[in-house]
Amino acid sequence: MYQKRKKRIQPFDVFVYAVAAALLVIVAYPLILVISCSFSSPELVATGKITLLPREITFDGYREILKNKDILIGFVNSVFYMVLGTMFDLFVTVPAGYVLTKRQLPGHKFFTFFFMFTMYFSGGIIPSFLLVNNIGLYNSRLTLIILGGFSMYNCIICRSFFDSIPKEMEESAAIDGCSVIGTFVRIILPLSKALIGVMVLFFAVQHWNSYFDAMIYIKDDALQTLQVILRRILVLAQQLATAEEAGEYAQQMANYEALMRYAVIVVSSLPLMVAYPFVQKYFDKGVMIGSVKG
Amino acid sequence: MARGFQIHSKKRGSDAAARGRRTLGTQLRRNWQYYLLLLPAFVYVLIFCYGPMYGLQIAFKNYKMSLGVWDSPWIGFRNFTDFFGGYYFWTLIRNTFVLSLSTLAFSFPVPIMIALLVNELGGRFKRTLQTILYAPHFISTVVLVGMITILFSPSMGIVNTFLNRLGVDSIYFMGDPNFFRPLYIGSDIWQHMGWNAIIYIAALSGVDPGLHEAAELDGASRLQRIIHINLPCILPTIIIMLIMQLGNIATISYEKVFLMQNDLNLGVSEVISTYVYKRGLVSNNYSFATAVGLFNNIVNVTMLVIANKVSRKFSETSLF
Repeated sequence: MYQKRKKRIQPFDVFVYAVAAALLVIVAYPLILVISCSFSSPELVATGKITLLPREITFDGYREILKNKDILIGFVNSVFYMVLGTMFDLFVTVPAGYVLTKRQLPGHKFFTFFFMFTMYFSGGIIPSFLLVNNIGLYNSRLTLIILGGFSMYNCIICRSFFDSIPKEMEESAAIDGCSVIGTFVRIILPLSKALIGVMVLFFAVQHWNSYFDAMIYIKDDALQTLQVILRRILVLAQQLATAEEAGEYAQQMANYEALMRYAVIVVSSLPLMVAYPFVQKYFDKGVMIGSVKG
Repeated sequence: MARGFQIHSKKRGSDAAARGRRTLGTQLRRNWQYYLLLLPAFVYVLIFCYGPMYGLQIAFKNYKMSLGVWDSPWIGFRNFTDFFGGYYFWTLIRNTFVLSLSTLAFSFPVPIMIALLVNELGGRFKRTLQTILYAPHFISTVVLVGMITILFSPSMGIVNTFLNRLGVDSIYFMGDPNFFRPLYIGSDIWQHMGWNAIIYIAALSGVDPGLHEAAELDGASRLQRIIHINLPCILPTIIIMLIMQLGNIATISYEKVFLMQNDLNLGVSEVISTYVYKRGLVSNNYSFATAVGLFNNIVNVTMLVIANKVSRKFSETSLF
């Protein structure tokens, strides 16, 4: 830092650290609570006895998940869509971001506008739905892989990152007779680990967490994603159970599912929670700031 | 940066400098590899972004599945007049704008304050705090709404457990229309405040330390330096973010509202986007829903353009 740390603690520091600690509690408490409940006996959870740490530790919730075919199928499907979808998104977005740094390229202005326009104006969900139906992508695995494949926001992040790579790199490659695509693949991409890391994270999160596309485009349960299954368990079942006119069957379902509700939250959120700290160092280094520099 | 590149490529003297004299054919041959790299994005955007825009015409038609987009009969603005004169119009407008404006008002300043705060911290604690603050961003909307439902449940929720201990009766938060907006906004802040601070944290790391040294010599306190140095330095970023948010003012992410909706809170939770979904994809009223969606879109673009104009006039910062 620019300032030599003084040994004496100033009142300002006390204030700053107090606020930071309060923030920490506000954000972390619900997360810890959910994890604790997922390991605690369902009776204690249902009666509100778990307030911070797990009690009467049990793995029943997790065992229920392993017995639930819908969740397992959904999990496998979501992994499949996430992996292939992320690769597709990278393939579409990253090269485009690179080309948009070539401001001398004929048509550069046109392409930039062509992409930029979609940031502010879109056809909306009904025309999109009709289009997907008409080209035969309804109820197809392919739909969930390719939808959302390009977003100008991410493309601008790529463009700004590539802008920051010294042009001498490309020049020397060109002098050595390397083709444009060769330069991109062999020189530029290896220099872009930070960008690729952040993009992979963004795309993976987007595919893993989206439920709306799957809800409107996928009919078969065999193709369904984890998030849609989760919606049934976490949101719909709850609404049924708490609605006054809930039938006995709905009540039973709710009790059965209460067992694994917390566990399923943990299991479905875990993959991303484990992954993002690995790329976190790139966030603050300003990989994303490019998106507002325009 | 753009300028820097131009200078470099002129130095290179190959494709750029002589461009003016070349024909289209030569240029294509020279640059085909660039166009090839751009092709996947171009094709994708053409089909999945511009394709639906072509379909927008059914807003002015009576769309019939059997006839398709092109052959369905034109009906002019009837879908729009039906919507504007319809029973739900003002309720939808009010719900949408109240929810989005209050979300903006409460959610927007929080990440800025967090960034200023995080910037004052150092070392391990700073990193740990950031990791924890980012975590909720990676929770899916479904899980978030599931968590709200569970934690605020009247029978087993932790919030009501605490209320009971304080001697307050349990409240059915999810079923009470009065709590819909606070829950929506509160959970939004909780989920995204850390993540949205990233952009400001990055901007703050670019503040010239010389400014701080000079101010310190002049006897400025840390709070004074935050207000008079850090804040003005990230102001352009703040303005850009604000313009972008204003451009989305009529769009409420239907994903979350839709999940939080139930019969009891529908009076405040029905917004334009959820209405479009229900009228279009649930009741198969495609043309009408498309018209409503188009109206929504036009309001957005108008807001964006106005915000951009105002900002350009007063702060010389603008998106375009």
